[in-house]
Amino acid sequence: MNFNQRIAYKIIKQIIACILSGIVIIPFLVILVNSFKTESEAALMDLSLPNSFRWENYSVAIERGKLITSFFNSSLYSVTSTIISVIINAMAAFVLSRRRTRLNQFLYFFMILGIMLPTNYIALIKVMQILHLLNTRIGIILLYTAINVPFGTFILYGFVETIPRELDEAGVIDGANPIQLFFRIVFPLLKPAIVTVALLTFMGIWNDFMLPLYVLNRASHWPMTLAVYNFFGQYQSEWNLIFADIVLTCLPVFVVYLLGQKWIVSGMIAGAIKG
Amino acid sequence: MKQEKVYPQYFTFVALGLYILLFIIPSVIGMYYSFTNWNRYSSEIKFIGLENYRTIFSSGGNYISYIYNTLKFTVISNVVKIIPALFLAILLSENLRGENIHRAILFFPAILSYLVIGLIFRSILHPQMGLINNVLRVLGLDFMAKSWLVDPKWVWPSIYTVDAWRGVGYVMTIFIAGLHSIPKYYYEAADIDGAGFFPKLIYITIPMLKPAITINLVFGITYGLRVFDIIFVLTNGGPGRMTEVINTAVFKEFALGTYGIGTALSTILFMFMGLISIILVRLMSRREIGL
Repeated sequence: MNFNQRIAYKIIKQIIACILSGIVIIPFLVILVNSFKTESEAALMDLSLPNSFRWENYSVAIERGKLITSFFNSSLYSVTSTIISVIINAMAAFVLSRRRTRLNQFLYFFMILGIMLPTNYIALIKVMQILHLLNTRIGIILLYTAINVPFGTFILYGFVETIPRELDEAGVIDGANPIQLFFRIVFPLLKPAIVTVALLTFMGIWNDFMLPLYVLNRASHWPMTLAVYNFFGQYQSEWNLIFADIVLTCLPVFVVYLLGQKWIVSGMIAGAIKG
Repeated sequence: MKQEKVYPQYFTFVALGLYILLFIIPSVIGMYYSFTNWNRYSSEIKFIGLENYRTIFSSGGNYISYIYNTLKFTVISNVVKIIPALFLAILLSENLRGENIHRAILFFPAILSYLVIGLIFRSILHPQMGLINNVLRVLGLDFMAKSWLVDPKWVWPSIYTVDAWRGVGYVMTIFIAGLHSIPKYYYEAADIDGAGFFPKLIYITIPMLKPAITINLVFGITYGLRVFDIIFVLTNGGPGRMTEVINTAVFKEFALGTYGIGTALSTILFMFMGLISIILVRLMSRREIGL
């Protein structure tokens, strides 16, 4: 390959990369630009800038879409479940990884099977009903916590191995009980893995749509995904409002992604490579 | 140092308990209900043996086609993501200018919910007002403007395209991580032997990427068999019930109140995936030992 050919190849590759990035970006631009237009302008759904930026589309979408309640619900569900699941999964992973009895090896295997297994939603509703958890906030929080056990335990189990056992021994000699040993010594050292698991769990719950569809039929309990879905059905043709609603639904995950990008991507890969 | 004292079993109880209570028990009692006529309209639940399964596998109903669609979706959606993603990963690992920006952009859709992606594309693919058809009309290509999500000929390709649009960047990111772990001198040696792009791809890259390929397949198969959101939002199983998959069908049985059939469909999926996961977990733990 001579020099000119090499340059030509580089240019072709760059063009391909730009086209593909464009295909990903354009839909977002369409949504964003049109969310500021009037209803009739937005009906054209093109990439031109709006005549004037109508910020009021956003306040209308927030009000009519009941986005404040649903934002509160989504935050409550994802933050609470994430905190609980990170703590209980780390505790479980710690003991399962440190004390590998036959029982514990079986339990670990049994728990990570859940990464792949599907949920039986209809029977789940029956169980929730019996436990008086159906249509309650606490119910869906526990449900999200339960569903995140397999993945969280799996990632943290791998990470516990990298923490030297000598630290446990030193802690015990200093007179720490298991709770102190775990929360004062081990948990802080697990921080990188905890951050990753927490971010992935948070985003997974924030983005979830199927569970609330089954277990929450009260609109006042709906998370943002369910609210935006309903809004879409109700205001079909008022694209400007729908797009404003979509932008607002994406915004929190986008912010979390920007803040935790390093952790999220490395975590997804770590989960993948360790597999 | 006493092991049980330092690493007490009760540390595992909360995680294990919740997992069993809200994940395993529903699947187990779901199996029981799949042998009953449980439905919304009678308070009495009667044991009817294999009747639900007979209904599902009999040629009269559409149920077999939902199972078939689920399998088809799993295979095709993975093929159209994994192969392009491999080439993309290679393209963006060759010191192209701005490759980090390209990577970040291509990965971005993977953080959004399928629901939102579905709504975005229902707008863009809208037959009268959508961006795609508008552009085609402006270009004078009216005959190419289709009812993308209704036309039986275009509905599956549209679903695969939207799904790939969201997922390719994620698959690519895993491949890029895998590519980083391949020692450069393999390629240098191949260059000295005068090997071109494809021999290098087949004899070095693909064999060395086996772990990344396995992981992408595991994630992809799990996702494909359990797919719900994207189909529910884009077509809700339509036109007719042409794009119905197991999980959308379960939701319809739930809405109709025919819980017995719904739990039977879920149980079929559960057994099938249980079998696959046991094999996969075994394979992967063997690999771990091998390393």
